[in-house]
Amino acid sequence: MGLLSDPNRRKALTNLLTRLNAPICMVCYLAAIVWFMGLAFEPFTLRTYMSENAMGSTMVEERFSSGERALSLAKEFDAHKRKAGGMPVEWLVKAMQARGLEVFTQSFSRKLPFPDENKERYMVRGTNVYGILRAPRAPRTEALVITAPCSPGNSDNQAVGLLLALAQYFRNQIFWAKDIIFLVNEHDLIGMQAWLEGYHHTNITGMEYSPLQGRAGSIQAALSLELSSDVITSLDLILEGLNGQLPNLDLANLFYAFCQKLGVLCTIQGKLQRNDWDTAEGYTHAAQTMMLMVLKQACGRSWGDHGLFLRYHIEAASIRGINGFRHYKMDVATIGRLLEGMVRKLNNLLERLHQSYFFYLLPSLSRFVSIGYYMPAFGLLAVILLLRVSFPGLDHFTFFNPSGPGVLTVLTPVVISHLTGVALYLLPVHLQEMAVEHFPVSETEAVVLTAVAIYTAGLALPHNTQRLLSGEGTEQGWKVLKLTALLYLAVLLGCTALINFSLGFVLAVTLVPITASMTPHMPKALSALAMVLLSPAFTILYCVFIYQELIEAPVSVGEGWMLFLSVISQGILDHALYGSLVYPLLALFIYPCWLMFWNILFWS
Amino acid sequence: MAFSLDTNCGLLNHNIIGPIYCTSTIFPPDILITQFWFNYRHVANTLSVYRSVKRLGIPDSHIVLMLADDMACNYRNPKPATVFSHKNMEFNVYGDDVEVDYRGYEVTVENFLTPRSKRLLSDDRSNILIYLTGQTGNSHGGNGFLKFQDSEEISNMELADAFEQMWQKRRYNELLFIIDTCQGASMYERFYSPNLMALASSQVGEDSLSHQPDLAIGVHLMDKYTFYLLEFLEEVHPASQANMNDLVSVCAHRVSVSPGHHTDLFQRNPGSVLITDFFGSVRKVEITKDTINLTSSVKSGSGDMQIESLTYVDQLPVAEIIHQKPKQKDWHPPDGFILGLWTLILLVFFQTYGIKHLKHIF
Repeated sequence: MGLLSDPNRRKALTNLLTRLNAPICMVCYLAAIVWFMGLAFEPFTLRTYMSENAMGSTMVEERFSSGERALSLAKEFDAHKRKAGGMPVEWLVKAMQARGLEVFTQSFSRKLPFPDENKERYMVRGTNVYGILRAPRAPRTEALVITAPCSPGNSDNQAVGLLLALAQYFRNQIFWAKDIIFLVNEHDLIGMQAWLEGYHHTNITGMEYSPLQGRAGSIQAALSLELSSDVITSLDLILEGLNGQLPNLDLANLFYAFCQKLGVLCTIQGKLQRNDWDTAEGYTHAAQTMMLMVLKQACGRSWGDHGLFLRYHIEAASIRGINGFRHYKMDVATIGRLLEGMVRKLNNLLERLHQSYFFYLLPSLSRFVSIGYYMPAFGLLAVILLLRVSFPGLDHFTFFNPSGPGVLTVLTPVVISHLTGVALYLLPVHLQEMAVEHFPVSETEAVVLTAVAIYTAGLALPHNTQRLLSGEGTEQGWKVLKLTALLYLAVLLGCTALINFSLGFVLAVTLVPITASMTPHMPKALSALAMVLLSPAFTILYCVFIYQELIEAPVSVGEGWMLFLSVISQGILDHALYGSLVYPLLALFIYPCWLMFWNILFWS
Repeated sequence: MAFSLDTNCGLLNHNIIGPIYCTSTIFPPDILITQFWFNYRHVANTLSVYRSVKRLGIPDSHIVLMLADDMACNYRNPKPATVFSHKNMEFNVYGDDVEVDYRGYEVTVENFLTPRSKRLLSDDRSNILIYLTGQTGNSHGGNGFLKFQDSEEISNMELADAFEQMWQKRRYNELLFIIDTCQGASMYERFYSPNLMALASSQVGEDSLSHQPDLAIGVHLMDKYTFYLLEFLEEVHPASQANMNDLVSVCAHRVSVSPGHHTDLFQRNPGSVLITDFFGSVRKVEITKDTINLTSSVKSGSGDMQIESLTYVDQLPVAEIIHQKPKQKDWHPPDGFILGLWTLILLVFFQTYGIKHLKHIF
């Protein structure tokens, strides 16, 4: 008979799992870490290739040459921006109309839940300006979007200048099969969110905006341009979007192919590709690039203006021009040619990009790791949780034993933990006025410190709630609770990893060791310390420090702490403004789960 | 699916050839009426061969041209109303006098095999040329079938059966089948009718390669095999004596994949078959200054012509065909065997678990 249907063999298997439970869990954990780090090793990765036939191997000859015109337009834009103190709407409308586009504007306003100290805004009011280049012969069913942000100060003037020059050049061509929308958005992501919501007739974030007067069909792809200097040394590609969503890999392949063709240096995560994969430095370089991508994806922010397009199934990427300390510099005309080539290739598309991967990690621009290769790393961590579920002493029948603790006993810690989670989610924003009244802090600090306070208050829960419970201080009680909590954590992390692998993996790496090994019989002080140090909040703190290390801007502890607080405030703002799901996930699900294990630790 | 070429019988002149061109290129399953712009070269291939054949004398009434895409009027064509087959846009093969019989969505397997209108009016003295270009299966795989419009296929068996039906109804004298796709040789593997010659641009497992990209239009303009084929055809004029062996060897060494040819079914020696038998319309004209008396019997003075007319190939060498090439059929196990097998299974079941379970079933 089979392995699992034969009672003898089943007993032998369970005995094996029982005896070697801890060693197997350790091996699985180490294997997961090693597997993850090994993903960046070049022989284990695949070379990127263009999967979409319509964007095939033929290139066209790019003829864009109006670099000078782009720069003069940039200067004009800058001058008008200073004069208007914001977006120079009339000048932009006139400039786009002079180039033969159909121009429309959209005004929007939004009151943030609390002031954003990083960008120094609270009541945001702005206007988006966009011009539509109609395809000469095609029906108006599909569109491409090219956007440049209108940023305060000296940034991104050249991007708008290049946008206008490209619009003029494109207007003279007759081979466009899709409409092209040239969008200049104000207040970066907020303006972009307003425009996208207006375009798709949705309102998911409570923004107020005027409806869009002009429309161009369903958007197939979008490119966002950030250019702040007249000459550049390299182009950086930004792919990570909201909630860790990534565009189709074909877009990155397209960018890379054109960079190769025009001889432009291209980077990802700001790092240039290296050829020496068999040396230690080469491997660490690739591993650092991949770790940066993982961290950026895990935090669920949109790292460029393109990130908000992904929610609407529009493949989008941001291209940022960087002026570094290199000898060889490129002018705006080259970037214009690159964009012309990319848009012309996107013009050839007949369907949305779907042939290549949607889930991948990039250790460099020319190598990628697909979901089939990186998911086992998470799978090994999830297996640990499931192995612990089958830990002995958790006899199957006690759960239904009426004399033992019922479901109700377990329910109490669960409910209280989740109520704390709800408090962590709702109270910081709602109680900010009260906090500002009583304490000498600004609103942002009030929100963040309230969140930290509620988080810490949760640590005191077990002592208080156990007074409410009656007659449960038995061995069976905590085992049932641990069973529930382990299953809950496994399901939670599994679902998270499917949507946002990086977030799931980062949480699993810190949560799985402590939760798998947590029992009330361990030394209290030491395990309490371990639990706190590996709690979700500290995970975020470690990620902040690692991120700063990886971008070669290491911070001291004090600065790290301030960064940590700003990360929390940004997380809450992202959730309120754009619908990012990281903060609700952490507050409403991960934190209560961790609290349940904290309850188990202090079970008495 | 009925696939008989049931055409009206028309009296045609000696040696007039009716070629069929088919371009079966993929169509997107999209709602939009956009085409696969990157398959520009298939249309350019077909139009170039069409032009060569017209140049060699075949009239439009004897040509069926099927183009599945409209490249000339595609929104992405920087030079609308033109299709170029040579880079630097030297020669517009679309022109003013192209007569497309089936265009766009009309190019289907059914219209190819059983056309409702614009039929091929051929009889048993016609030589037919069929030129197919397009995609077999996916771009990297699949052999034995040719895609029509991305939603239909014609398999090599269907083609072979269609040609057999044509043969049975005496619709052709000799047939030349040229296919320029990846793994093209798989399409002629199953032919079994006589007097068929087939040429393909690549063997099974090989891909057919494109030839020239044009940087202004942004697509490849022609496939390698067709390019060399046309180069060869440019040198052919109506009085040319080039034969099939020259055609077969035109591409053998210059491209990286190996074109295939299948001449087993052909009754005549390929070396003795003129290119113009298929590609051109050649009238045999004998100029004489003598008067020929047509009322008397043609024994004297026209012995040559009589002997010529007697050198026709045997139309229905039935005996040879029947004994040499058996019809291929898929083997099914006999019905009795299946019945016995199930009875055995039921008996074993009831024996193991007891006859008392029978009452639960009946």
